Amino acid sequence: MIPFTTFQSRVVPMPINNIDTDQIIPARFLKTTSKEGLDKNLFCDWRYETDGTPKPDFILNTPRGQGAQILLAGDNFGCGSSREHAPWALTQFGFRAVVSTSFADIFKGNALKNSLIPVVVSPEVHAKMFLLAEDALVTLDLAAQTLALPDGTKVEFAVDSFSKTCLLEGIDELGWILKQTPAIEAFEGGRALSVNTLG
Amino acid sequence: MREEPGAPSLIYIDLHLVHEVTSPQAFSGLRARGLKVRRPDLTIATTDHSIPTSDRSLPILDPIAANQVAQLDINCKEFGVPHYGVHSEHQGIVHVMGPELGFTQPGMTVVCGDSHTATHGAFGALAFGIGTSEVENVLATQCLLQRPSKTFKVQVDGTLKPGVTAKDIILAFCAKVGVGGATGCVLEYTGSAIRALSMEGRMTVCNMSIEAGARAGMIAPDETTFEYLKGRPFAPKGEEWDKAVAYWKTLPTDEGAVFDRTVTIDADTLEPMITWGTNPGMGVSITGAVPDPSGIADALDRDNVEKALAYMGLEAGKPVLGRPVDVVFIGSCTNSRISDLRAAAAVLKGRKVDPKVRVMVVPGSMDVKRQAIAEGLPEIFREAGCDYREPGCSMCIAMNGDQLQPGQYSVSTSNRNFEGRQGKGGRTFLASPLTAAASALAGVVADIRSIL
Repeated sequence: MIPFTTFQSRVVPMPINNIDTDQIIPARFLKTTSKEGLDKNLFCDWRYETDGTPKPDFILNTPRGQGAQILLAGDNFGCGSSREHAPWALTQFGFRAVVSTSFADIFKGNALKNSLIPVVVSPEVHAKMFLLAEDALVTLDLAAQTLALPDGTKVEFAVDSFSKTCLLEGIDELGWILKQTPAIEAFEGGRALSVNTLG
Repeated sequence: MREEPGAPSLIYIDLHLVHEVTSPQAFSGLRARGLKVRRPDLTIATTDHSIPTSDRSLPILDPIAANQVAQLDINCKEFGVPHYGVHSEHQGIVHVMGPELGFTQPGMTVVCGDSHTATHGAFGALAFGIGTSEVENVLATQCLLQRPSKTFKVQVDGTLKPGVTAKDIILAFCAKVGVGGATGCVLEYTGSAIRALSMEGRMTVCNMSIEAGARAGMIAPDETTFEYLKGRPFAPKGEEWDKAVAYWKTLPTDEGAVFDRTVTIDADTLEPMITWGTNPGMGVSITGAVPDPSGIADALDRDNVEKALAYMGLEAGKPVLGRPVDVVFIGSCTNSRISDLRAAAAVLKGRKVDPKVRVMVVPGSMDVKRQAIAEGLPEIFREAGCDYREPGCSMCIAMNGDQLQPGQYSVSTSNRNFEGRQGKGGRTFLASPLTAAASALAGVVADIRSIL
């Protein structure tokens, strides 16, 4: 994993609550066996007409939706399925953070494993961020756990210390668990009398 | 099993269920690192999401789906994972075939790259959905890093009236707390109405825990659980069975345990439920009216309801009852078990579905299919005018060609009514198999109680 660094970006507003993973990446695009190429179908059914032409009003099809790294979404972002294709599609499009008042649990976990920061802010900050000017720049500093807004205010956000360390130092989670193999072996040895008789 | 300072708990997984959609990138990851599957004996795979529900002797026409299905076969052979594939006599939706073969047992930790893994909580297992990175972690190490969840008690007391089912309990819960209302929580469903449910009804309830945002939902194991498991192919046998039951009896939550949150649902007054909107929390009783957004103060909440009504083509303040439907779908990991098919067949027997409605009945597994044949259910469905199909996820997720056309309405026994979930532009009313069958006969959203 590449260590996560501080960045500054414009904000792409998507003021819709409960954006589910079927909107982020519809299920018909999950037949792939690769992680790649999902960005072109990010928000597909909101983004394109049935004949494939871009819908001009959809934010990702406007200049504001291009080249920004922060998505500002409504409450409960990422609800629905466990598909990691959702953060893959978002990061391939260029997003490095999603700001909301809340995130679905599985999406949040998947996002953190893909260097996409789920930033939870208060309803007040959330409402204020939707009023940001189109070219306003926000700085995300993961080490400090802050969003710096153009008016100079710094908004703190929570991130669990383990994920933060992994992201900042580029530690891969599977590699970390593999280092626990002696403990896993010891645990398995102690379960010889397990009542679970699978297989 | 272990907590390192500053790190989440390392938990050991007793059962890992794998399917074709969320696993290929995980197996690729293992290959890239030169890793094996640590415990193929605690891992089982099936093919369910991408496969057609038509004649299984024919090749899969969609080349991308065919490749994905073939890839799971290759991966399972290479890594030694038992695979109940397309031509297996036990193939089925992962959350149907796992429990019915006796893989799922009380007290286990169960994971799958699928958010409806909460289904297995019906046995008193801690079961939850994971993403593909975690699928790779579990394949490689049999472990996951996990943080504690909040606890949330769902107390359902009373007796369900005729025509009201387990599906209506969970739709009522989702409507009560909302689509994100249980985020960060593990649910425990309890109370006399839950105790009275069959295991299949309990699976329906736990299945949709995620639709309120909860990763897991559990029901304490009891005699109903043990009775269901006894004699299943992978359930313990003989002396092991007795030891297992003794252990399982120690699992229920302590009397007087404190939960972070509690919600109660009165089973006595519960009516058949139906969703009107574009998430599973947007539900009302079948005789109720869809909400009027003009009364909602919060702007985003109001927009949400307006957007949902516009997508669904519904008028604020009017009931869903009586709305014409184009398709009825009876299936999915929520409601495709034998008791679901029996319930629908009992309504449809000797009757004809409305000729304007396409009615799809999709059994959850090959075992369900065989049992249905033994009971003569396929004939009942076919004589009523239904399209009776082969097991799979089918039109719940619409990956396999079974899908709604833009603008079509369906009454579906599945679990999600998100925009486009059952096909781009399709509009879904979620309901029980009884409501679905009654609506198939009437050609409109119908109240099962009117024909009981």
